[in-house]
Amino acid sequence: MSEHNIKINKEKLDKIAEDVLKPVGFNNAYINWMLFLTVALMACIYAYVIQYREGLIVTGMRDMVSWGMYIANFVFFVATALVGMLISGVIGLLGYTWIKPITRIAEMIAVAFAAVAGLVIVSDMGRPERLHHVFLYGRVQSPILWDVTVVTTYLVISTLLYMLPLIPDLAIARGRMKNAPQWMLKLYKILSFNWTHHPKQYQLLFKATRLLIILVIPTAFAIHTVTSWLLAVNSRSGWDSTIFGPYFLTGAFVTGMGAVIIAVFFFRNNYKLRSYLDEPLFDKMGKLLEFVCVVYFYFNLNEFVVPAYKMKEFDAIHIHELFLGKHALMFWFCQICGLIVPMIVLLWKPFRKPVPLFVISLFVLVGAWFKRYIIVIPTMEHPFLPVQNLPNEWVVYQPTVIESAVTIGSIIMGIMIISVLAKLFPVIPIWEMAEEDEETKSKII
Amino acid sequence: MNSDQLKKNEPAKSTGKNSRRDFMRKLGLIGAAATTGAVASGFTSQRTPEEEYVKVMTSDNKLVEIPKSQVKEVKLDTEALQSRGRLGIAGKRWVMVIDLAKCRNARECIKGCQEHHHLHPYQYHINTLVMQDNPQSAPYNMPKPCMHCDNPPCVSVCPVDATFKRQDGIVLIDNERCIGCRFCMAACPYSVRVFNWEEPFQAQLYEAQPMEYDVEANIPQKKGTITKCLFSADCLRGGDLPTCVRSCPNEVFYFGDENENAVTNGTTRETVVLSELLEKNAGYRLMEELGTKPRVYYLPPKDRVFEAPEKPDHHS
Ligand code: SF4
Ligand code: SF4
Repeated sequence: MSEHNIKINKEKLDKIAEDVLKPVGFNNAYINWMLFLTVALMACIYAYVIQYREGLIVTGMRDMVSWGMYIANFVFFVATALVGMLISGVIGLLGYTWIKPITRIAEMIAVAFAAVAGLVIVSDMGRPERLHHVFLYGRVQSPILWDVTVVTTYLVISTLLYMLPLIPDLAIARGRMKNAPQWMLKLYKILSFNWTHHPKQYQLLFKATRLLIILVIPTAFAIHTVTSWLLAVNSRSGWDSTIFGPYFLTGAFVTGMGAVIIAVFFFRNNYKLRSYLDEPLFDKMGKLLEFVCVVYFYFNLNEFVVPAYKMKEFDAIHIHELFLGKHALMFWFCQICGLIVPMIVLLWKPFRKPVPLFVISLFVLVGAWFKRYIIVIPTMEHPFLPVQNLPNEWVVYQPTVIESAVTIGSIIMGIMIISVLAKLFPVIPIWEMAEEDEETKSKII
Repeated sequence: MNSDQLKKNEPAKSTGKNSRRDFMRKLGLIGAAATTGAVASGFTSQRTPEEEYVKVMTSDNKLVEIPKSQVKEVKLDTEALQSRGRLGIAGKRWVMVIDLAKCRNARECIKGCQEHHHLHPYQYHINTLVMQDNPQSAPYNMPKPCMHCDNPPCVSVCPVDATFKRQDGIVLIDNERCIGCRFCMAACPYSVRVFNWEEPFQAQLYEAQPMEYDVEANIPQKKGTITKCLFSADCLRGGDLPTCVRSCPNEVFYFGDENENAVTNGTTRETVVLSELLEKNAGYRLMEELGTKPRVYYLPPKDRVFEAPEKPDHHS
């Protein structure tokens, strides 16, 4: 593997570098976009300030449903972040090269979502100012400790996986972006670590990347398995499941694919990168989405059919609520529009074209968010012992405006991180694309 | 004693070389088993006939004698209360027995408890539920405190050791430590945990007269932290029965020490043999199948002394 000598085609490089570097840099449209996001984020932060001052009473959570939208959103963020591992790790290690143009986009999503996931969890804490207690008094028995550890590790590995392959690109960009502002060139200079395109350097880079993509797989498995255990270690019906780990993991692949397809579609159109993010690529992504949907469907079957067959007392209440009760609409939306229909239509090639695939991915992603909601909240509404002597509004969960605003704020933050990264650095790995036909990824391996 | 000393929890420095005062302070503060040894050797030798002696109980339940002139009430600070509170009372294994045949839903236990622990009217450390085991059986009232499980899921999941199990069987909360993640609420199968979603009920009182945090009573309550039934650990330390047990007018609660195999009825103050009480009345524990090993036993609601309550409202 390390015998690989990089051969870069000069002409190809010039062309790619020009195309990919053109959208880099801050134009007016971008500044307006960021201003808009900032203003929206300010409003959401204000909502959080209110929550911090008044306490969690401003949310819809109460003693019965003591985990709500925040935890659902946290699970969603962790799930989405996993796409970095799926693309670079699993598919990359298997030797597929079609992922080359989207690896960086996938890592961008991974970094942004993993980073914000931490904040989402803090927004759910009753005493956020005591966060350091987790490090001072942490107990290894608690799955929260495991979660903190793996989320941090995953964030670090993903950031490295994003930054390392960027080094040669920044060296390339530095020489070509004559009009870029000084600070940007300076940043490129720092982050490209005196890269001279020496073959030795490339070999080192290959080695490091290879190590990271091997490491990222167990870390990503751990992060989502542990996140599922936050729920599965409790004996409540709906969470008390032995397949929660793989169920969450496969669900995360679906969510992540949805997110990455949306992002790729966006960059293809707005960054005018049609010749790199082309139709065959969408076809491949469509097939991958199909595959992960099928796997996820299989786990859903297990998760719901088995308890529905037995109908044990508390499982029956839970299943009834989901299938026919007050969560039925959301449940069937997630299952049908977010999973089954995509799974079926993606079998046909026309649906794997960019626009249809983009629309399908939107459904998948929205469905995925609501699926997390369905996993967290209904279970809390049906404890083992009856709920009595509490005001009615304390029993039924209804997210409040403030809670929704804080949640939207976290999504805005994720989008902002991606927006900044996408304008600051090239979104497609230039040097990997410019490489002489040889298959970089398989060579790395 | 000025306020500074009060804060630091030190008695006024005596002019003489009186080390006993110092000693008393340690006694109150730490109450560790080791110090009692010092009492025996250090004090008996100095016993003079004129001085009057009193017996006092150290915080680890050792009876000691000291000169009356040396008795001084020591105000414990939060830290001392916390370290004492985490240890528990040596040699005890507290248990509660609830006789469902006698509960008329008087709700006196709830009232007493809410007052004792400064709870909002919607917060229950103990809550009386109307239960119906199956459609044929008649409903009955069931007071539900914390079960103080011997295998407590709430303790296992707490990331910061804010909720913990003591040697005397009680599961407590340290609201100076709690980060408000509410994992323990999700984990407790009996739904007994209560969160301070907003400022505590007595927030104004706390502001007017700041008080040391007593982990055994969990007061002052704090916004953004957990609270729950504590078996009135502070009362137990004072040799009293828990508040709910004492408040019940209907002889529902028995409370005592499993090691002594004796429980006392809070209303009649009659002490009975625990094992006999459970054996004769087929005592049981809630959700035995979950393996939580509760420390609260129920006596089945047979031969009830009350009329069946209305069918329960399950909020579903
Ligand atoms: S009843 Fe709930 S809160 Fe009490 S010890 Fe058991 S699990 Fe913990
Ligand atoms: S809410 Fe407090 S007591 Fe409960 S698990 Fe979290 S830190 Fe521990």
